Amino acid sequence: MGLFFKLNPTTGQPLYLQLMQQIRHAAETGALRDGDQLPGIRTLAEELVVSPNTIVKAYSELQHEGLLDLRHGSGAFVCVKRRTRSMADDVQFARRRLRDLLDDLRDNGLTDEEIKRAFEAELLYPAPSTQLTRKR
Amino acid sequence: MTNPPVILTRDLTKSYGAATAVRALNLSVQKNRITAFLGQNGAGKSTTIKMLLGMVRPTCGDADVLGKRISNAKENCELRRRVAHVAENEPLYSYMTVEQTIAFASSFYPDWQPDHAGKLLSQYRLLPRQKVKTLSKGMRTKLALLLAFARRPDLLILDEPSEGLDPVGIEDLLQTLVAKAADGASIFFSSHQIAEVERIADQVCILHHGCLLMNASLDQLRQSYRRINLSFASAPAQQDLRITGVEKIRTEGRRISIFASQNADAVIARARDLNAVSVDVAPVALREIFLETVREN
Repeated sequence: MGLFFKLNPTTGQPLYLQLMQQIRHAAETGALRDGDQLPGIRTLAEELVVSPNTIVKAYSELQHEGLLDLRHGSGAFVCVKRRTRSMADDVQFARRRLRDLLDDLRDNGLTDEEIKRAFEAELLYPAPSTQLTRKR
Repeated sequence: MTNPPVILTRDLTKSYGAATAVRALNLSVQKNRITAFLGQNGAGKSTTIKMLLGMVRPTCGDADVLGKRISNAKENCELRRRVAHVAENEPLYSYMTVEQTIAFASSFYPDWQPDHAGKLLSQYRLLPRQKVKTLSKGMRTKLALLLAFARRPDLLILDEPSEGLDPVGIEDLLQTLVAKAADGASIFFSSHQIAEVERIADQVCILHHGCLLMNASLDQLRQSYRRINLSFASAPAQQDLRITGVEKIRTEGRRISIFASQNADAVIARARDLNAVSVDVAPVALREIFLETVREN
């Protein structure tokens, strides 16, 4: 299971947030289904080689959001509600739109690296950078 | 967060003649966290750790480890039963074999786990009959780690635990540290392996010339430190960009590079007011934070 999660220590985002997003994403795309069990804190910490506190924080925040059910002694279980299922379609749709946008940007001569940086800047600092990066 | 700290130092100081290795250190290490202790060679990390373990007597100041005072002989003895450690140049008897060393060490500790020791012995590929004096540096480190990890301590204090280890050994070590933390041990370790620290640590302390420059959570560092590169039609004066959080500014022609410890949004807003033509924001890796912090001082 740990193989499906990949945490990057240098993206400027706390590791527990990365893990939360990846679990959410897996639930939204259907890779994780209702009732699926996630690895225990110790197991996942060892597989990802991160502090157990990272897993504890991600799991408990996701429990707060209602995406995980933490049962004492037996682990973490996914609870996917109907709303999240329809999210799967939204995500599929978003990916199609992204693919079109990427094609456009590549046609305009941008490299994948440039697109990636623009994307990251946009996600991190949306308001100011939209006005500033439009040089041309 | 209501837990008392596992390590708390009060103006802890060590001088060797005219040289001060550790000066008035006030360090607090939280329970149930993995805390990394960074610093250049000679920063005072090993001296601090030796004082915490009662191997070196402080010149002045004091410290509590697991609530026990290090300066009190009886309390010091009690705390050592609950703390496992790997110190610099761990004193291992060179005439003993690996298995004799393990048998000898295990007799001191009521929390010794023989099964776990056996598992580590084969995982680390240590030969039971080999004499300690013939072990390579990396294998010596592994033996010292085994002696610490085969226990069930409340606190692990490790000085350069990855010294001499190959990449596989380092990965094994990190995994063991994570597992120990999952078992409920608090971990305090010094290291020069910043990329590894960045993967497993919850908290980072930076020591420089015997003084504590930083004690911060890695999550917080990740969220707040940014490198901001700006281009201008004509570069403004640096002081126009000196706001809270801006640690360093470098101007090269019409480009300005800012190293910010916080407040990146405000820096960007200011740059926009100053008509920046491009803004590039990037997260900062721990290595860069360490280098910038240490060089600044």
